[in-house]
Amino acid sequence: MMAGFVLIAVAAFFFPGVILRTKSIASGRKGPGIFQPWKDIAVLFRKGSVFSDTTGLIFRIAPSVTLATVTGAMLFLPFAEQKAVLSFEGDFIMFAYLLALGKFFTIIAALDTGSSFEGMGASREALFSMLVEPAFFILIATFAMFTGYTSFSVIFNHFFITGNDYVLIYSIIGAYLLVQIAMIENSRLPVDDPKTHLELTMIHEVMILDYSGFDKALIHIGTYLKFAIYGSLIYNLVVPAGWNVILQTGLFFAVQALFAVVIGFTESFRARNKMNKNPKFILTLSSIALIAFMVILILTEKLA
Amino acid sequence: MFGSTAFLVILLLSLFVFAVPEWLKYYFTLGLLTAGIALSTSWCTGVLPDAGQTCELSLFTAATGTRMVLVIDSLSAFFILVINFTVLVGFLYARGYLEPYRARMNALRFSIHYFSYLWLWISMLMVVMVRDGLSFLIVWEIMALSSFFLVIFDAEERSIMKTGISYLIQMHVGMFFILVAFLIVQQDTGRMSFDALGEYFGRHRNLPVFLLFFAGFAIKAGFIPLHTWLPEAHPAAPSHVSGVMSGVMIKMGIYGIVRVLAAMQSDLLVTGVIILIISLVSGVLGVMMAIVQHDLKRLLAYHSIENIGIIGIGLGLGVIGQATGNHTLSLLGYSGGLLHVLNHSLFKSLLFFNAGSVYLAAHTRNMEQTGGLMKRMPWTAILFLTGSLAICGLPPFNGFISEYLIYMGMFGSLSGANLFHSILIVGSIAALSLIGGLAIFCFTKAFGIVFLGEPRSDQAGHAREAGKSMIYPQLATAAMIIFIGLGSPLVVKPVFGIVGQIWNLGAQPLVSGAFTANLAQLSLAGGIFVVTVAVLLLYRRYHLSRRVVETGPTWGCGYTAGSAKQQYTATSFAYNYNHIAKPLLQTRKEIEEIGEDEIFPHGRKFLSHSDDLFKRHLVDRPVDLVSGLLKRIAVMQTGQIRHYILYAFVFMLLVLLLAMLKII
Repeated sequence: MMAGFVLIAVAAFFFPGVILRTKSIASGRKGPGIFQPWKDIAVLFRKGSVFSDTTGLIFRIAPSVTLATVTGAMLFLPFAEQKAVLSFEGDFIMFAYLLALGKFFTIIAALDTGSSFEGMGASREALFSMLVEPAFFILIATFAMFTGYTSFSVIFNHFFITGNDYVLIYSIIGAYLLVQIAMIENSRLPVDDPKTHLELTMIHEVMILDYSGFDKALIHIGTYLKFAIYGSLIYNLVVPAGWNVILQTGLFFAVQALFAVVIGFTESFRARNKMNKNPKFILTLSSIALIAFMVILILTEKLA
Repeated sequence: MFGSTAFLVILLLSLFVFAVPEWLKYYFTLGLLTAGIALSTSWCTGVLPDAGQTCELSLFTAATGTRMVLVIDSLSAFFILVINFTVLVGFLYARGYLEPYRARMNALRFSIHYFSYLWLWISMLMVVMVRDGLSFLIVWEIMALSSFFLVIFDAEERSIMKTGISYLIQMHVGMFFILVAFLIVQQDTGRMSFDALGEYFGRHRNLPVFLLFFAGFAIKAGFIPLHTWLPEAHPAAPSHVSGVMSGVMIKMGIYGIVRVLAAMQSDLLVTGVIILIISLVSGVLGVMMAIVQHDLKRLLAYHSIENIGIIGIGLGLGVIGQATGNHTLSLLGYSGGLLHVLNHSLFKSLLFFNAGSVYLAAHTRNMEQTGGLMKRMPWTAILFLTGSLAICGLPPFNGFISEYLIYMGMFGSLSGANLFHSILIVGSIAALSLIGGLAIFCFTKAFGIVFLGEPRSDQAGHAREAGKSMIYPQLATAAMIIFIGLGSPLVVKPVFGIVGQIWNLGAQPLVSGAFTANLAQLSLAGGIFVVTVAVLLLYRRYHLSRRVVETGPTWGCGYTAGSAKQQYTATSFAYNYNHIAKPLLQTRKEIEEIGEDEIFPHGRKFLSHSDDLFKRHLVDRPVDLVSGLLKRIAVMQTGQIRHYILYAFVFMLLVLLLAMLKII
């Protein structure tokens, strides 16, 4: 039962480091080691905290709430033929809305500082995450239509055994979409650049400017876990649930690592979008999701 | 028999509001209200557990021999409970809210206010209990009139009176549609009653009469494009009234629609699709227009339109399920819609009460003038946050449960659906998720701008927390919100029962059993989440207690002299969004350009405002056209007697001429 949960937690341990290594290698630097992000977190845990006078309760509870939403969302993800810790009809709705709850708190925490930079970041984050919501739901709806089930665990168990020979086409479109959604949800390129140095061009980074110590560590942990969550979704979509479990465990980490490498390369070779181009970029995902829906209609022979 | 006598006594006693001394008026009204609520709730207790039962009360027999009968079935009982809770909380809240008005207004104004409040409540109760068409129209009218008097309570401002009149007119347009629909039914069956609908629908096409009913009830409910009264009337009314109007009164429209739907027998698919599409449009546009508002109560009013849309999506899906023989879809759609009626009545009234407290404390409803209120009014802020999370449909609050049911109806019906159905459902799923996303955008803005950061005006800086008498009733509502969110199986099960009974859904016991298990898991997930948050926060406290914790200014990029005016405002928060939603919103901007020769420009004003497109094109334009025409004709009204004699002469000549030509 706990396999999905534990594997994600383990994957999150390596994920940011792999991105970091990929970026250093791609840019020809020696770069930090693979565990540097977690070493940074250890430092943050040791440090004290500085809070702005303007901030109040919301600013202080938001990181804990957000981390709780992420760990809560992890409970819904299955691994291999095992069911997730919590699996019931419509669990993906809870999954998506829990993550949205986390986002809600991140946004209002940014507004709690009264800084115009953070307000700007909050406004952008709110807009972009609202635009990406339909893409995810259309994608899940097509899963549900394709397999006839409405829970992550059962959908992924039946994904490759529906007897449809063309399932791979769909699995690839789905994986592509999930990669893109993950990039937006985690505020990475091409929508947001975590390494930018100017507050005006940041989205997520500017929202957490005022955090320090413990709270900042929680925020980072949440981000790493979220990466691994999306990695696990992608994994479930490309590897049939019925395969040998030991093989699958290996494949799980391979897929996570590949995902991290893809992110690292994207961030090394691609520039960030102009800010006002982002809405179009994100809405394109919804249209790709609609194309995926059409593909399913054809695959299930509803549309000749 | 005891029940109906007691009810009549309460009706009669309501007149004494005018007679009792001023200090007693509030408590007198409260006493009547509590007694009535206890009475009407006791009627429901007999009906609710066993969904098949009805309870009949003969109110009185008129001289003509017609009896006025109140019939309470499970649907009525559900609505009675929804009405009673919010009306009682609203009135408890009103005591503190009306305090500042006591100095300004005389006792008569208060008497009228309390009297109207009582009668708004009575008429809403009667609306859900009366079956006879004529009686229904009468109580429907009383509801419109009493709410009209409540809206114009604060009518020192001319604009409020104007809003009130416009509200009254639109309510009567709606009533006209309902009247016509009832007359058509009476023409055919000889009876003017909800009970005759089934008979009529059995013999004739269902769609035309349904559309008439729907138009009438949709004006009350506020479906787009018939919503135009709503964003005007809600902000104008005092907050406890806005809470009751938005929380329960507009749901009377939903009640009417449900009653008619329950009787329908054919044309189901097209009806369902019509309701679904109108609701999707209401949902998406309602929240889109809400985002750009500066007036907190207006923002909430637009959100009512959005939530009516969500309720409508549920009902539409239910009808489609019936048409396609998919009972699970019907059950989930109708239950989701009905449950959302209850949920919305809770969180929307809570939010309106909070908005009222903010208005009293900061003397403004303009969000740009507020800010930093959480430090000054912590309880109000936490209550507003609860309401916001619930209205966005986020777990573990009640809004999530109803949206979950609706989503499940949609997702569950996807496999095995035909092409048309799949496209419709996937479109609805996308729209509902977009509504959720937009609502989060809207309420992070509303909560963040009003309660967080630094105050943007002196008034907001001097705000004080609302009195205890205003906070306590709201806590009850918040407790209900959390209770439904975490203990959903307890609430959803009776709703399943009601729906199964009204529409005779055979699959009801089976599906509801399976779903209660899902809901229990949902509660479990919510519980785990709450515990995780609590553990993290406790650990955080322990952790920080052993570290150095300092305070300092907010990071300003090195700039340390920032003022509260430099904060993000409601307008700037929505700027990005405004940019992409431009074609639908058409924001007007007024600014005087700076001329080239103006070396030292003088002070200027900048004003931006987002109009309601529907109001402009459906109400303002036609009205302007007609009144423009009438003004042109008014040229004839010269005030000189000889001209009038000339008109009379011309008229007589005309009549003579026509008579000679044998035309008349």
